[in-house]
Amino acid sequence: MPKKTFSRNQNRITEHPILEFERKKRIRFFFQGRPLYGYEGETIAAALVANGIRVFRHTEKLNRPRGFFCAVGKCSSCLMQVDGQPNTMVCIEPLRPGVRVEPQQGRGKLP
Amino acid sequence: MRETGIAVVGGGPAGLCAAITASRLGAQVCLIDDNDRLGGQLIKQTHKFFGDKSHYCGTRGIDIASILFQELESTSTRVIPGTSVVGLYPGHVLGLADRSRFSKLACKSLIVATGAAENNLLFPGNDLPGVYGAGAVQTLMNVHGVRPGRRVLMVGSGNIGLIVSYQLVQAEIQVAAVVEALPNISGYHVHAAKLARLGVPILTSHTIKTALGHESVTGAVICKVDKNFGPVPRTERQLKLDTICLAVGLTPLAEILWQAGCQMAYVPELGGHVAWHDEKMQTNQKGIYVAGDVSGIEEASTAMLEGRVAGAHAFEQLRGSNTQSRRIIEQARTELRAIRQGPFSRRVVCGKNKLVEMAGK
Repeated sequence: MPKKTFSRNQNRITEHPILEFERKKRIRFFFQGRPLYGYEGETIAAALVANGIRVFRHTEKLNRPRGFFCAVGKCSSCLMQVDGQPNTMVCIEPLRPGVRVEPQQGRGKLP
Repeated sequence: MRETGIAVVGGGPAGLCAAITASRLGAQVCLIDDNDRLGGQLIKQTHKFFGDKSHYCGTRGIDIASILFQELESTSTRVIPGTSVVGLYPGHVLGLADRSRFSKLACKSLIVATGAAENNLLFPGNDLPGVYGAGAVQTLMNVHGVRPGRRVLMVGSGNIGLIVSYQLVQAEIQVAAVVEALPNISGYHVHAAKLARLGVPILTSHTIKTALGHESVTGAVICKVDKNFGPVPRTERQLKLDTICLAVGLTPLAEILWQAGCQMAYVPELGGHVAWHDEKMQTNQKGIYVAGDVSGIEEASTAMLEGRVAGAHAFEQLRGSNTQSRRIIEQARTELRAIRQGPFSRRVVCGKNKLVEMAGK
C-alpha cells in the first residue's frame, strides 16, 4: 500500500443548509496502527471515509481493492479485520474507543 | 421461546406504520430491524415529501421518522433493533440473530416490510472504492455528515438520482453530471429543474462506460447510447472525478417470503420478484402480509399507507374487525388510490394489477 499522509477528518461536513451534525464524543481509534479520530455514534466505515481512507480490503483471487458500497450490511464490500476479527462489516459496526482496524487481505486471518 | 401476536420485520416507513397501527388497535406487536436505529431510509431523506394527496406532504423524511418514532413509543410495541431475521421455520417461528447470539420468536401473524436493496450496474471498474450506491451516499452525507468524495458522477435520473444529486450539492460536493440511459429524465420534473438551476448537466441517452483508477476511482468514461442502449462510437468523454454514485433502481428484499413458500411473481414494473398479495396485503400464505418496497418498489408515502393496511388486517385476522380497524383500512385505501392516480404511478399500478390478474387464474 502506498505511503500517504492522512489529513485528518478532511471529509467532514461542517456547514449544511438543512442538517446539523451533532458530533458528541470524539473517539480515538487505530487504522494500520496509526491513531485516527472519529465520533461516538458513527460506524467504523464512516470514520474511515471521513479520514480519507477508501480502500478497506483486497480480494483473494484478483487482489482487487474494495471499499464502502451499500452502507446497510448487505453487500460485503467493506469486510475488514477489526480487533483481529476478520470479515467484520465495518459499514454497520459501531466505532468504539481504541478499536484496531486493519485492511483485510483475501479471507483475512482468524484470530 | 419468545412469543408475540404480530411480528413486523423491518422498521422503515412501512414497518413502523404497520407496527403502530396494529399495536394501537390492541395487538401484541414485536418490531425487528437489522439496524441499531429504526427508520429505514427515512432517516437520510432530507427532502420534503410532496403530492397534495399525501398525509405527510411538505414534511422532510427525517422529520416523518421522528413523528413515527414518537407514535411508536406511545404504543406497547416491543422493538428489537440490531437484529437480523435469518430464517423462517414452520409454524411462524422466526430465527433472529444479533451480533452475538441466535434466538427464536414465534408469532401468529407476520408482516414483512424488509424494503429493497440497490441495484448494481455492469461496467469495468464497478467494484472500485469510490463507486457507491445512492443509499450509501445518503447515509454518509445525511446521517454521518461525511463527504463521500469531492466530485461525483451520478448514474440514473430517477427520483433517487436527482434528489441525491441535489443533496450532494447542498453538502458542497460537485456533481460533474447526471447520466441517464433513457432518452428522457425518469424522475419528477421539480427535482430535475432544481438541479438544472444549479447548473448540473443531466445527460439523457448517456451511460457510464468505464470507471477509471487503480486503487480507487479517479475518473469515468461516459458515452452516448442509441435506442437499444448500445454505445454510440466516438462519443466517449472522459471525466475527472473521485466518486461514482449508482442510482439505477432497487430490487425487493424478498428472501423471507421465498422461504415462507409464498407464491412469487416476476413483475418488472415492481422491481423484480414480489410475493403475490391481495388488497389486504396478505400473501397466499395465510397470516403472512407484505408492505412497502418488498411488495413492489414505490415510495415512502405509499409504503406508510400499505403498512397501515397490513397492520390493520393482521390485527383483524387475530382479533376480528371493529369500527376502528375498518375506518383505518378505508382511509388508507382511499389515500393510496389518490396518490396512485398520478402519472408516475402508472407503472406501479400496472404491476399491482398484474398481481390481481394472477389471483383470478
